[in-house]
Amino acid sequence: MDSLVTDMIGLLGQENVLFEPEHLAVYGFDGTAALSGATGCVVFPRTTEEVIAVVRYAARHRRPIVTRGSGTGLSGGSIPLNGHLVVCLVKMNRVLELDEKNLTLRVEPGVTTVTVAEMADRAGLLYPPDPGSMKISTIGGNVAENSGGLRGLKYGITRDYVMGLEVVTADGERVFLGNKCVKDVAGYSMKDLFIGSEGTLGIITQVLLKLVPRPPSRKTLLAGFSRMDAAAETVSAIIAEKIIPCTLEFLDKITIRCVEEFAHIGLPLDVEAILLMESDGHPAVVAEEAARMEAVAMRCGALSVQIAQSAEEAVRLATARRAAFSALARVAPTTILEDATVPRSELARMVNFIQDVAGRYRLRIGTFGHMGDGNLHPTFLTDERNTEEMERVEKAMREIFDYAISLGGTITGEHGVGLAKKKFLPGAIGNASLGLMKTLKRSLDPHNLLNPGKIFDLDQP
Amino acid sequence: MNQPPLTGLPARPSPGEVIGAIGRAAPQGRAGRPLYLKELDYSIVQQCMHCGMCLPTCPTYDATKLERNSPRGRIALMRRIADGQMEVTEAFAREMYFCLGCLACETACPAGVEYGRLFEAARADIEHSGVLNTPRRDLVRTLSLKVLFTNPNLLRALGRLLWVYQVTGLQDFVRRLGLTRLLPKKIREMEPLTPEVKPRFSDSLIRPVETPRTPPRYRVGLLTGCVQDLIYSDVNRDTADVLLANGCEVVTPRSQYCCGSLHAHNGELETAREMARRTLDAFDLDRLDAVITNAAGCGSHLKTYGHLLHDDPEYAERAALWDSRLKDIHEWLDLIGITPPPAGIPPMRVTYHEACHLCHGQKITRQPREVLRAIPGLELVELPESTWCCGSAGIYNITQPEMSQELLRRKLEAVERTAAPIVATANPGCLVQIVSGLRAGGHSIEAAHPVSLLARAYREGRES
Repeated sequence: MDSLVTDMIGLLGQENVLFEPEHLAVYGFDGTAALSGATGCVVFPRTTEEVIAVVRYAARHRRPIVTRGSGTGLSGGSIPLNGHLVVCLVKMNRVLELDEKNLTLRVEPGVTTVTVAEMADRAGLLYPPDPGSMKISTIGGNVAENSGGLRGLKYGITRDYVMGLEVVTADGERVFLGNKCVKDVAGYSMKDLFIGSEGTLGIITQVLLKLVPRPPSRKTLLAGFSRMDAAAETVSAIIAEKIIPCTLEFLDKITIRCVEEFAHIGLPLDVEAILLMESDGHPAVVAEEAARMEAVAMRCGALSVQIAQSAEEAVRLATARRAAFSALARVAPTTILEDATVPRSELARMVNFIQDVAGRYRLRIGTFGHMGDGNLHPTFLTDERNTEEMERVEKAMREIFDYAISLGGTITGEHGVGLAKKKFLPGAIGNASLGLMKTLKRSLDPHNLLNPGKIFDLDQP
Repeated sequence: MNQPPLTGLPARPSPGEVIGAIGRAAPQGRAGRPLYLKELDYSIVQQCMHCGMCLPTCPTYDATKLERNSPRGRIALMRRIADGQMEVTEAFAREMYFCLGCLACETACPAGVEYGRLFEAARADIEHSGVLNTPRRDLVRTLSLKVLFTNPNLLRALGRLLWVYQVTGLQDFVRRLGLTRLLPKKIREMEPLTPEVKPRFSDSLIRPVETPRTPPRYRVGLLTGCVQDLIYSDVNRDTADVLLANGCEVVTPRSQYCCGSLHAHNGELETAREMARRTLDAFDLDRLDAVITNAAGCGSHLKTYGHLLHDDPEYAERAALWDSRLKDIHEWLDLIGITPPPAGIPPMRVTYHEACHLCHGQKITRQPREVLRAIPGLELVELPESTWCCGSAGIYNITQPEMSQELLRRKLEAVERTAAPIVATANPGCLVQIVSGLRAGGHSIEAAHPVSLLARAYREGRES
């Protein structure tokens, strides 16, 4: 047995260490298509002290660590390379404190996003970030990836709800960054450094979250379009009308069909695109916003606009939308989900470009996404065993990213860089930014032990 | 009692004849090498894009939080085996027998992965490879799967013996003397779970053909099951009564075989195919509008005969027709419209536990509730986590008692929270499991099949 395994058993006990090949094989991947790695050993710390012990051991023996939660990431961020040590935090899943006076919730990183949402809801509050995988994704993973969701447009993303973090640094020190104060400018905003750091700068062992009052009313509308760009124009027009709804979700024809096959909720199948629009807040404001959105949609050429008849129907629509990515897997053996994001004024151009690329490269691309925040999910429906087609996918992907960047957009809106978008990063942010990131990484993790090889490659000093 | 089959079909094997032998089911291959997983259409394996949506709905993952104990993990292992990157190992085998086969993952899966087919192929590979073989396990499997459950007369004879043992007070006597201590530990722990065998089985409760008082609207075949027939023959009678009350002529072939679900779920696909052929032989499909089952576990399997026998030149066509005629009793009643029972029973609350193979296996969730709502005076209270497995899962409560008991505890807590005096569920396995749990906990809650409650309402309405 590898000394790593025996040493980990010594630190954490037999029941918290996995080493059988049947166990290791299933920690070699996450939610990302066509990517996998090799796991050396998997450990399940139960406390921050145990995380510290593991990190100190890793630092002493120069063993790279990959931190993971439920493994639902979509950029390969939690895939272990070269037999790395996987630190899985799903068993650190205690809810520590709900502070209804300060509207905060303090949890361990393995708590699932849905648990956070339910805790908030029971207290009459709202935790807005709702990534597609929220039923199983962990809050630690959400923070590490700075996840988005369906409500980014009005409520922002995970970063906007993190008030504090407990982090174990690469040398095994415990730090708490941030607090319950709404205002705090004491020094650098260090917690922000770790949000979206994809496990490369430290291990998050506690999260202090901000909650907001739950909006008393909501209304969900579903508009059908005969042209994809008409849906995109509707979104741009709604924003230009100075309406900020909480959700503006877009699904193209192929995605609609797959979602309907799975969820059976009666989506229209004879349209090219649908927009799922939701307004929340004070009932009077909601009613007015909904009426204005309906008018804008009709003006931009919507075939029909339906209003969800009940709260249950609205929830069913949102839940079905969250399953869009996985539902697209019904069409082809491999589904490669992309995350190109553009300023909202450029949506129609981006949508048309994706269609054009699909035609030129003879590829099937299903597109859906959070149109309200410009975050699109063009999804390649392909087969990883077809190398010729995979080459075309690669080329098409690069064109889509290049075009998004040329429109002032980005290569990833909410999935992170991980392994999947590493090669596109320099083009997206430029060498100066990349250099700054590397400087930061070297100073916080000098031996490159925390999730090495993710976001960018660090040349050994 | 044996009547000739309704149609002229091949003779049935003689009693005691064993079909195939453990570990040597066709196709042939070396131990450790997969066959069934390799033969499976690769697109089924590839369909899983490991998004993790199944994880929160998997009872074993929920309990352990270990990726291997999740559908996504199990499929990843199956894919490695199908790809030839891994052999069928003992650890893999134990994993696949730790899986309940509840199919909650199929309901949760947006990508439409057919986990049930993967699961059956994996277990078949495990049995084929022999990685779990021990003389004792082989003996138990041969006696049960190959002898007892392929031989309806022998099974019923054993059921009769067990009934005598229970009804004469011998069981109580043995328990009081503490003789059960002489049994092996595993059997000793299970002994109190032994369900009560019914004094009369379906063939003596239901005539071969029964006709409703009014001119029949439909003619249906009734499946009486194997275990169902021994311990819930009254539910079969109730099913016949309900069908009659709804204008169906009921045809019930004698000495029915096990449908093969037990075999398919336990890695004996060849025997499962043979049981499917025999079940097909027992029913004259051309003269039936539908074939009715009241057991969720059987129904889920019975609806896959088309797939199971798709390359059998003699049976493929009939099996496909069978799939389209096979209806769960609730599904059928909903389809033809339930004749409302007369009012009259005192108001009562009832809660409904969804058998996995009804809600996940057959996607039947609304219809059993409609059956319960059709009964005047009965108020349906929703059960929290109604679709979470109760731990019965075929023979899982025997093979994995710890996990099974944990799930049962969780289920009973949920039932208690509803404060309903009756819990309804439509599967013999779930009924046995829940009844044993209720009895052990000293509860006065009644567990009943929805159809029994409906039949009761018809009867009481008639009497009043």
